[in-house]
Amino acid sequence: MKKIEAIVRPERLEYVKAALEEKGITGMTVTEVRGRGRQKGMKIQFRGREMEVDMLPKVKVEVVISDEAVDAAIETIISAARTGNVGDGKIFVIPVERVVRVRTGEEGGSAV
Amino acid sequence: MKERKIGKIVCIAAIALLLVVAPAIAGDPSGAETLKESPGAPSDFVWTLMCGFLVMFMQPGFALLEAGFARAKNVANVMMKNLMDFAIGSLAFFAIGFALMMGSDMHGLIGTDGWFLVGNAYDVSTIELWFFELVFAATAATIVSGAIAERPKFSVYVIYSAVVSAIIYPIYGHWLWGGGWLSSADFMTRLGGGYGALDFAGSGVVHAMGGYIALAACLLLGPRIGKYDEFGKPRAIPGHSLAFAVIGTFILWFGWFGFNAGSTLSAHELRISIIAANTNLAAAAGAVTAMFITWAKNGKPDVGMTCNGAVGGLVAITAPCAWVTPWASVIIGIVAGFIACYGYWWLERRGVDDVVGAIPVHGFNGTWGLIALGLFADGTYGVYTTEGPLVAGLLYGNSGFFACQIISAMVNFAWAFGTGFILFYILKKTMGIRVSPEEELLGLDISEHAAIAYPDFVYAESARSVVIKRSER
Repeated sequence: MKKIEAIVRPERLEYVKAALEEKGITGMTVTEVRGRGRQKGMKIQFRGREMEVDMLPKVKVEVVISDEAVDAAIETIISAARTGNVGDGKIFVIPVERVVRVRTGEEGGSAV
Repeated sequence: MKERKIGKIVCIAAIALLLVVAPAIAGDPSGAETLKESPGAPSDFVWTLMCGFLVMFMQPGFALLEAGFARAKNVANVMMKNLMDFAIGSLAFFAIGFALMMGSDMHGLIGTDGWFLVGNAYDVSTIELWFFELVFAATAATIVSGAIAERPKFSVYVIYSAVVSAIIYPIYGHWLWGGGWLSSADFMTRLGGGYGALDFAGSGVVHAMGGYIALAACLLLGPRIGKYDEFGKPRAIPGHSLAFAVIGTFILWFGWFGFNAGSTLSAHELRISIIAANTNLAAAAGAVTAMFITWAKNGKPDVGMTCNGAVGGLVAITAPCAWVTPWASVIIGIVAGFIACYGYWWLERRGVDDVVGAIPVHGFNGTWGLIALGLFADGTYGVYTTEGPLVAGLLYGNSGFFACQIISAMVNFAWAFGTGFILFYILKKTMGIRVSPEEELLGLDISEHAAIAYPDFVYAESARSVVIKRSER
């Protein structure tokens, strides 16, 4: 059991969602986040004065899936989220110790 | 060399100044003459100007309504468009528009004097009229902004604002309000029975004008990304603030009392009380109708469509407000509520992505207002005066006037849609009218203005569920 944490561009979220759904992955948790990587900040202006916003809005998509499905899911996310420009995001894969379904109390693969 | 150039410029400036100053004798810039001639003028001036200020206050009403129906990432852009169409429109209407609209008539087609408000136009009465007509011209211009929100280039909107206020709006306005052919040509006045086509405060001149230009612009722009799913089925794209939308609607409703009652241009026309009451009744009937339509259709009364119903009622009563009875105003408002709702859904199913519903609310209901005037005018009030000929419509035995109104409505559609289509088509072929898909997804606030309307909110698309067409992936 692995958790995939994908940090992607907000405007790509709908594409990622649709692509994962096509692969049968429907459950996910989505959080609006801010962060920075190698991408330079974005220039905005307020009353004519420029300022740099270096914590940029991103979306974090969390998906928990079985070990075998990880590679396919990563590929799917990459192809849906990539624009080719700096700032496309990151994917982290994290081991998951236990999964419990709150409604029934069942554990493991069937709980995902 | 340099001195010669400066000399030339001074020469040209002197000639220009002469042209400007020389004929400035006939007007009454101080107001003393006007007051001496008509001691009742102050109440008329105060009435007309106060109503003009109310109409100007419809601008923030439109701004809030449109911003409320738009997503947070486009709010600064919507606000900027509303701000600039008023500013640019003011200058364009000062330089060119007013002369074309209200200047001395040429062959019933255009007005020909009053450019830059110099010469005879530098006069308290003329400039009172200029101000009142200006806030109406700006209303017509701003209607388009909401329909085409969230995807056009800002630069295109700047050019559009100038052209509409300088040329497109004033010419049709001249035909009805400036002594042009629709109101004053012999065959029209014979047909109507002493008066030609009428439009008291501008269902056609102002609202249908804006609405049908918006239709042309929407067709050329295409829908927003995500508006239609892969099967072409329309999807809801929720606006970011229903509170803004409702407050905007209320401000419009309030400003409309100036729009309609002020169009007497005189406080001596006591018909103003009936005009104000009719205005209110039609808006109320439109809102109630739209509420019940959505309640019956979806099981819950819809806030956004009810706003559209109210404004639809206001648009429809704008032409007939001075010439119909209060009960007729209620009927006009009820029909307007149906047109606002079903017109919107009808257009949406046909691929017209009108963000705020401006085309059915201002376009279709503007046409309905012109027709309703031809039906319900009850023969108790004359043409902006208590003197005859009194205006009567089809239900009161004057079928000729009804025919006048039908002609006016068809000309209105052809002119607004035709010129709007030509304008946006030329802009599309030369500079392009739409931002790139990347800019559209990012939001026009950042891509067009490097601004964020709500910098303290976490900015992201994620909360809004919009399924994207397969072809757009």
